[in-house]
Parts: sequence; structure tokens; C-alpha cells
Amino acid sequence: MNIHEYQAKGILRRFGVAVPDGHVGYNSASAREWAKRLGDGPWVVKAQIHAGGRGKGGGVKLARTPDEVRDIAREMIGMTLVTHQTGPEGKLVRRVLVEKGCNIARELYVSLLVDRSTSKVTLMASTEGGMDIEEVAEKTPEKIFMEAIDPLVGLTSFQCRKIAFSLGLEGKLTNKAVHLLEGLYTTFIACDCSMLEINPLVVTAEGDLMALDAKFGFDDNALFRHPKLNDLRDYDEEDSNETEASQYDLSYISLHGNIGCLVNGAGLAMATMDIIKHYGGDPANFLDVGGGATIERVTEAFKIILSDKNVKGILVNIFGGIMKCDVIATGVVAAAKQVGIKVPLVVRLEGTNVDKGKQILAESGLNIVSADGMADGAQKIVQAVAAC
Amino acid sequence: MSILVNKNTKVITQGITGATGLFHAQGARDYGTLMVGGITPGKGGTTIDGFPVFNTVADAVKNTGATASVIYVPPPYAADAIMEAVDAGIELVCCITEGIPVLDMVKVKQYMQGKNTRLIGPNCPGIITPGECKIGIMPGYIHKPGKVGVVSRSGTLTYEAVWQLTSLGIGQSTCVGIGGDPVNGTSHVDALRLFQEDPNTEAVIMIGEIGGSAEEEAAYFVKEHMTKPVAAFIAGRTAPPGKRMGHAGAIISGGKGTAAEKVAVLEECGISVAASPAEMAQALLKIYKP
Repeated sequence: MNIHEYQAKGILRRFGVAVPDGHVGYNSASAREWAKRLGDGPWVVKAQIHAGGRGKGGGVKLARTPDEVRDIAREMIGMTLVTHQTGPEGKLVRRVLVEKGCNIARELYVSLLVDRSTSKVTLMASTEGGMDIEEVAEKTPEKIFMEAIDPLVGLTSFQCRKIAFSLGLEGKLTNKAVHLLEGLYTTFIACDCSMLEINPLVVTAEGDLMALDAKFGFDDNALFRHPKLNDLRDYDEEDSNETEASQYDLSYISLHGNIGCLVNGAGLAMATMDIIKHYGGDPANFLDVGGGATIERVTEAFKIILSDKNVKGILVNIFGGIMKCDVIATGVVAAAKQVGIKVPLVVRLEGTNVDKGKQILAESGLNIVSADGMADGAQKIVQAVAAC
Repeated sequence: MSILVNKNTKVITQGITGATGLFHAQGARDYGTLMVGGITPGKGGTTIDGFPVFNTVADAVKNTGATASVIYVPPPYAADAIMEAVDAGIELVCCITEGIPVLDMVKVKQYMQGKNTRLIGPNCPGIITPGECKIGIMPGYIHKPGKVGVVSRSGTLTYEAVWQLTSLGIGQSTCVGIGGDPVNGTSHVDALRLFQEDPNTEAVIMIGEIGGSAEEEAAYFVKEHMTKPVAAFIAGRTAPPGKRMGHAGAIISGGKGTAAEKVAVLEECGISVAASPAEMAQALLKIYKP
């Protein structure tokens, strides 16, 4: 789950992390009003979409007067912002963040993430704020500083000081950095984050330390203990099919190809996409129906796949373990009849009760092509779609 | 002819009175595994389908002599269940549960430091030594006793590999599902080391996927420490960056953890990488004669 920048900053503010004063506006009049309430300018108007790279795409602008804030907001709200993260179709801007500008003396970088190799939360910092951190890590790894955090002790003050000194912070800024980093860690743990990135973290000309941007990654597995975070979800920013699928416990990701996939198991689902590509096809989606797929879920899965207008054929790939093939076959037939599948459908079944499953498909009277093995299934669907 | 589990391994089920726990405990018993009981707090002293039920793992260990446990406890309570098993001195804990918060697992890993327990999973199908001991949710009948080890981050894709081997008449020593979560108990490297040390494993198939760098680390381990042939497949060549592909750990972030990157390192380290998931067994046969 992703959230907007203004929401991220709202969370940080609650945990005592310094962020610029600001407020979200849904129209140009309220943007102007908030600018006035925030006090003296200049102000920064920032388009709120779930994607990075907004500055380069014209989604971050400086305003000298409240009227200018209004004009910029009017321009931004309703525009489609294209950045390197949105894809060529871009994203519609529905709200802006109006924020007090600050005098930036230095731009730094800090983040917290779960490091898979140490199985610990790691604090990462760099003197190269505002840059793409992966690029910094690759070209100048000596400019990146890391501290692995003991989960039973938490982030210690000395670790924060080590980072602060590495970043070249001196005097009062050292203590401000300790306070800010501790606040970030508290936020990270309290919200069950998988990632929390501040880029840039700025030192102002007045000697303050502030999070100028904030990006949260939440652990989906932990959302059950944070019901309030769910309220921050912006469904406009999410793929409607993906949202729909998650309501049925289906794991679905839409892609750009034309062959729909329905598979049990995440690894097999990825492998199914891969083998379609291997034989020259292009997968339209990732879809894992899970181990306990019922007729209802299989039907929903078909509906979601078919709601993608690019889909010209469907490959069902099931390795029935605990899930029996005859149950899946019955589900496929019921779903196909209910949904009315008009595109080629290739079904590969393997595992428990496979013969019964194939018999059910053969006797269904539906135009279902049966496949022996993954390779055969992928070849058959790629050919069928190419023939369309 | 196996690693970690064999026909003498006594297994208890944590969460045995739940529908899933009981179903798979029965399945494992039918397969021939020594399923000696289970744990459901508050139901100690009762029995369910012939399995004695205990309140705590410690009680179960004392009364049954179990050295392995399998966990079917719901995600909010699963981390606690793992730690309880560790505390009771269980040697091998296999956590099937999917959806455990990653910060819970971070704590579990720290808790396990210095203890003698090996954890497999979470979010995995389990472990099986064909013909001897099945712990987990995999279909037993697709396996065949033999000499090829299988280690994988994915459940159904493991079945695919096993089925390809069995269909060609090639048996397996032990198949381990290490799970699709970013923080897990046993890594590819851990499993490979065990297979290398096992006199009855002659070759290994390793199945990985996008995200993290566990496969790369495994590849370097193979190059430096393994004398046995290793074949591999990496799922997710077509996965877009920034999207979590079902498994919590299967995500390409910051341009890292791509399949192409992994395949390149694997090949560089002398591993035979299958070009398609339908060719996992053939990839092994290119470098291994059973």
C-alpha cells in the first residue's frame, strides 16, 4: 500500500519528525487559502500522486504570492502528470500539497529498510541528498553509511550520532539529527513499515533539519494491526482490477500483454508469465488464485482477467497438490459458462485427480484446449492468440 | 539418504485443532510420517483423530519426544509459535503460515541467535524426504525416493520441478521449500551446504525468484564450496519492477533483484540454468547423469 506525500508528512509530524508546515488542497481556492494561513511565502506547490520524479515532470513549483499558489494549483489539479515512474500514460493529479518554502543549505539522504541479508532493520544515510540512491550506491559507495539495528534494543543514540557525524553535521545539528533519526525509527516500528525514505533531508540556512520529502512502504502483512492506515488508501491511485482482486484474496498484477494467466501459487504464476514470453507471447497479468481456490474465486479471477480489453486468450496453469484437479476443472467450466469466455482458453492441469479433471473439461462442451505440461500449454495459447 | 528429516523424525503440529492443521497432520500421517501429536493452547489433555493434544510445545516434547514441529498457526500468532518451539528445544521448526509481518520475523531471527533450532519458512510448503517423512502441504505422491536434492522459494514451482524429475524416473533425496518471505529461517546457501554434506545427495535443483540476493549468494557458494552439480531456475523474468509478485519477498526494488541479474551470476558460477520452467529437469541432466 502507498500513501501520498502530505499523508506521510502528517504521520512523521505526529512522531515528532520535523517537516515543513503545509496542507493539502483539493482545489485552487483552498490552496490559496492554505497558503495565506501558513504564513509568509514563498510556498511550494506539489502535485500529489503515487509516483516519484514529480519535479522533472512539472509537478513541483515555487510560488511567491497566494494568487500564484492558486494559479499553479489550478494548472496542476486535473492535469496528467507523466514521470519516469508513472509510465507513458501518466497519472491524473487530484490534489496538491501547499508547503512553506525553506532555505536549503544542504541536501542529505536517510532511509530505514528491512535488510534481507542481515534480517534486521537498517538505517542508511548519505551526503548525496536529492539523488537517486541506487546510483550513489553504485558509483560512490563510500558516501553511504549504514547501521544495522538490534530489534530487541532498537536504534541507539550512539548509532544516530555515528550517522550524524558521518554526514558532517556539527554542533546543535548533531542533537537535532539524533532526535530526528530516533523519530523516524519509532515511526517505522509503530507503522510496521517495510521502507521509510527521506530524500532529501535538508539542513536549512537557519540551522534546522527537516524532511522535505517522505516515502513510506507499508508491510501489507501487518496492515491488520493498523486499521487506521487503511483509511489513507487512495483508491484512485490504484489499479481497479488489482483492488477488486485483493477483495477476493486473489493476487493480481496487471501487465501490458494480451495473454491472461490464471495460476495457483506465486512462483508458478511468475514462471507461467515467463514461459509465455519464452515462446514469443506477452502475458497480460500475474494472477495467483492461491491454494484454496473455490468456484467463486475462479469465476472472479476470470471476470477480472476478461475485464482487461487487451486479453486475446487465457492460459490456465494449475498444479493441483492439495487442490484437486477435478475441483479446479469444475470451477473452470462453471466460470466459463457464467462469464461467457469468447477468447481461446488453454488449460493445463497436473497433479491430484488429473484424469478426472481432464475428463470434466472434455465433456463440458466448451471450446477448451487441453495441454500436457507447461511448455505445451504456453505454445498452444501463443499460437491461438497469434491466429486471432 | 536425506537432509534434516527421515523415517525416525517425530513431528508435532502447532495449531492441530484448526481445520488446516488437522487436515495436513492426517495427510502426513497417511504418508508414513511419525506424527506424534499437536498443540492448541487450552485444549491440552484432549485428543483429536487419535493425536494427543497439548497446551504447550514443552509439554508435547516431554510427552512425545518430538524433535520437529510444523506450524499452521494464523499470521498474527505465528511468530510467537515459532519462538515457543525454539524455547522448547525443537531441532527443526517448519512454519507453513503465510502472511507473517516482517518485523515479527526480524524479532524471531534475533531470538533464535545462539539457539540450536533450524527454522524452515515461513510461507513455505515444508520439507519432504520421499518415502520417509513429509512435513507440510506438498502432495506426497509426486515424489520418488532418490538422490537429487531440491530447494526452492516457491511451493507449486517445486512440485513442477519434482514432477519433471519423477516423470523421468529420477528420485529425490529431500525437497525443501524455504519460503517466499524476505526474512526467513533457512536460506538457499544453508540448504545447499546440507546437500553438499549429505552423502546420498548427488545433485541439486535450486529454484529461485526475483527479489533480494539470496540466489546470487547461493551461486557463489556453489562455485566455492560445492562439488555436486547444481541446476537452477529463476522465476520472474517478465515481472515488472516495483510490483510485489504474490510473495512478500518477490519484488524488484531499485533495479536490484532482477531475474536477468541472477541468471547471469548463476551461469557465471557454473550452474546450469533452465531457460524455461518446463526444462528444470533437463537443465540438471545436462550436467548430471543419474
